[in-house]
Amino acid sequence: MNQYPVWKYVLIVAVLLTGALYALPNLYGDDPSVQVSPLRGAVVDDESRARVTGLLKGEGLSFKSFEETERGMLIRFNSTEDQYRAKDIIDAKMGDSYVSALNLTPATPAWLTSLNAAPMYLGLDLRGGVHFLMEVDMVAALRQAGERYVSDLRAILRGEKVRYLTIARVASGHAVEIKFRDIADRDAAQSLIRKEFPRLLLEEEARGNDTFLVATISDQELREIKKLALQQNVVTLRNRVNELGVAEPVVQQQGENRIVVQLPGIQDTARAKEILGATATLEFRMAVENGDVEAALAGRPPVGTRLYKERNGSPILLKKRIIVTGDQIIDAASGIEQQNGSPTVFISLDSKGARKMADTTRENIGKPMAVVFIENKVDIKRVDGELVKSKKKVEEVINVAVIRDQFSKRFQITGLDSTDEARDLALLLRAGALAAPIEIVEERTVGPSLGQDNIDQGTNSVIVGFIIVMIFMAVWYRVFGLVANIALAVNLVMIVAVLSMLQATLTLPGIAGIVLTVGMAVDANVLIFERIREELRSGNTPQASINAGYDKALSTIADANITTLIAALVLYAFGTGPIKGFAITLSIGIITSMFTAIMGTRAVINLIYGRRKVKKLAI
Amino acid sequence: MKIFNKEPSFDFMGKRKLALVMSLILVIISIGSLATRGLNFGIDFTGGTLIEVGYNNTVDLGDVRETLADAGYGDAIAQHFGTSKDVLIRVPPHGEKSDADLSNDVLDALHAAAGSDEVEMRRVEFVGPQVGDELTEDGGLAMIYALFGILIYVTLRFEKRFAVGSVAALVHDVVITLGIFSLLQLEFDLTTLAAILAVIGYSLNDTIVVFDRIRENFRKMRKGTPVEIANRSINQMLSRTLVTSITTLFVLLALFVLGGAIIHSFATALIIGIVVGTYSSVYVASATALALGINKQDLMPIKKEGEQETLGDLP
Repeated sequence: MNQYPVWKYVLIVAVLLTGALYALPNLYGDDPSVQVSPLRGAVVDDESRARVTGLLKGEGLSFKSFEETERGMLIRFNSTEDQYRAKDIIDAKMGDSYVSALNLTPATPAWLTSLNAAPMYLGLDLRGGVHFLMEVDMVAALRQAGERYVSDLRAILRGEKVRYLTIARVASGHAVEIKFRDIADRDAAQSLIRKEFPRLLLEEEARGNDTFLVATISDQELREIKKLALQQNVVTLRNRVNELGVAEPVVQQQGENRIVVQLPGIQDTARAKEILGATATLEFRMAVENGDVEAALAGRPPVGTRLYKERNGSPILLKKRIIVTGDQIIDAASGIEQQNGSPTVFISLDSKGARKMADTTRENIGKPMAVVFIENKVDIKRVDGELVKSKKKVEEVINVAVIRDQFSKRFQITGLDSTDEARDLALLLRAGALAAPIEIVEERTVGPSLGQDNIDQGTNSVIVGFIIVMIFMAVWYRVFGLVANIALAVNLVMIVAVLSMLQATLTLPGIAGIVLTVGMAVDANVLIFERIREELRSGNTPQASINAGYDKALSTIADANITTLIAALVLYAFGTGPIKGFAITLSIGIITSMFTAIMGTRAVINLIYGRRKVKKLAI
Repeated sequence: MKIFNKEPSFDFMGKRKLALVMSLILVIISIGSLATRGLNFGIDFTGGTLIEVGYNNTVDLGDVRETLADAGYGDAIAQHFGTSKDVLIRVPPHGEKSDADLSNDVLDALHAAAGSDEVEMRRVEFVGPQVGDELTEDGGLAMIYALFGILIYVTLRFEKRFAVGSVAALVHDVVITLGIFSLLQLEFDLTTLAAILAVIGYSLNDTIVVFDRIRENFRKMRKGTPVEIANRSINQMLSRTLVTSITTLFVLLALFVLGGAIIHSFATALIIGIVVGTYSSVYVASATALALGINKQDLMPIKKEGEQETLGDLP
């Protein structure tokens, strides 16, 4: 009686060994490392490898290893001092095409890595860093699409010499309204638009004596526009994040209009926010010489002009017509101007933009051209319980210069205050004008010291809780308690192993989940042991009591755990970040504890009491 | 070691009227407090900005408040967090300032006042109002779905009167835990909500174990009224109920004492929930099932469902 077949022991041992193996990477700790990633066309090749290693060796810095990863080069160091020094050297000498980031890289030995074993992935609340949830302004994205159609339609109507009176976006919907003199013009326009833009839904309308054509964007296209706006933003944010120099960034779409950005280890959150949150673009416009600024200040700008402000606050009149906008910029880099050493940004345009720029500058040599920097900021206020969005568009003339020559595809803008400003502007431009304005709707930043405190406090409470429960169980159930303790310890290893295998994120609430699991995991054993005591009380033999105790408690344990699992799964489905972490560890803990507390303890109890006559149980 | 050397025979169900009165009083006080004082919602639900800073030395809150007021944040709430060196600052949504910039502003002001080496940013949380609304909605939905999921499972595994009994116990536990949070005005944030859902899981765990035994005894014992059977079952499980509650409370106390200030409200919610849950699995759940008229016939295996029943109920 009370013997397990060999296969059950084999199964238990196999599960134990696998668990131990995959939990093992967590014992090795981290190496301080520097990650060097190429930017904009730069690559990791023999030459750049040799440059980096040469630089470090030249400074007498010894490193532990040099590896190549998906993100570039990874250099491990023996101390954090070496790590910091190395980053400074690399930043100073490798130039703009490479960006470096400090990182802590798991020091998992190669043989474990080859088994795909890796340590647990710590959440931002444990390792420190920034979590942003950003929302794409879809209303603006659709409005932009409408405006694009207005200019496209205007262009083809003019191109084909179809006469129209007015063309404008319908303020309330996603449609363009064109007014015609007569039906003949309208019909000509209709067939033209139908041919050129077959996706637009066309509708004829007559109001009074006026003849209209209303072109509406289809629902399907609206969906596509939204999807594209989100994807473009994801790409742009990814580019921006890459330039920030973060070791393991996460930029991920969430739902229909949101993007999660996680930047582990970032300290300067103000700069991160500035670069991620701002939607900046440039516009090039001709400045008006000797314009009537006084009249404009009084609210009556001359026809075809608009009033702007320069950085120093002085007013300036610019022509309304835009020469080139930010989305025609394909590259931008910061640098120093040769002649006077002032900071500058070199800009490259796409072919369409370049043509327009070349035409305009050729015709306007000797005249001033202005660069307008436009930044979109979004504010959300709660007014009388309602959410009210307000947008701030900050437009600033950052530079006015006389055109000396016809511009080519590449040119530069000067007039910036500092090299930092030039760098940030270049970065913003390079990352591209965002398709639609974006705003931060949630931020969670954890400083590095708090992250470490959280790890320490979490680990301490797991250990202390664990020891108290172990002592209690040993005192209460003696030999059986000790067996339950073995199961409890194994359970902890199993939770760590499963978390490591799944690479699920471990958060502080996740650790709380583990602590709770430690308390609840003994429940299965308590149920079994109490049942065995009951059986003994009612006069059964020790062997029969063990058997009956395990068998009868089984369905109770299953019921109790499944209901807790339901609660944990609901938590997972509805929870965000930290809550999900709690739900994950709780679910894993429940499942592993069923295995260790039922099968694991039975195996050990069988080894102790099976196969022999037992007079009394130590329970 | 044992609490009871032989099977205890407390007359739990005999005092169920008394328990009912007590539970009712507690629930009414809780609902009253929830209705009048409400919960002290954290920024997760209200929106706003929370900034935790650590000073190198003990810091006077008056100074911090003054600095904040000078910077234009007179409406910010500053309090010590965990130690007298840590300060937690809560700023309600500000109209003029973009919320994302607000934390930078506050930190700049604190740095300027105390010296940037003296004060360190530990944590910044900003939740926009629209996200706050969603989190509240999701939280409420999670609670409802969890309750329904459990109701369905218990109905399938047991019987609908047991399901009603267990959900009554759950609602009882959740309402009282929330009530205590409201009475003491403890902060209620996302992790507290997670704790409440864990309480649902735990309380249910306890209830199911007792129900399981009631069902077993109904089938096994030829004699005895439902009240006697319920009583006997609760007594048989009493030792287990107490031991499990004690071990869980041990680890929660460890978490409460050592887990740091962030995890306090989480640990508090669970501690309250488990104490209340232990009581309710004895009184509320079984008493409700009895009041609904649970009897032997309902629990005898029916032929159609026979297969499933024997599967779950091994000899």
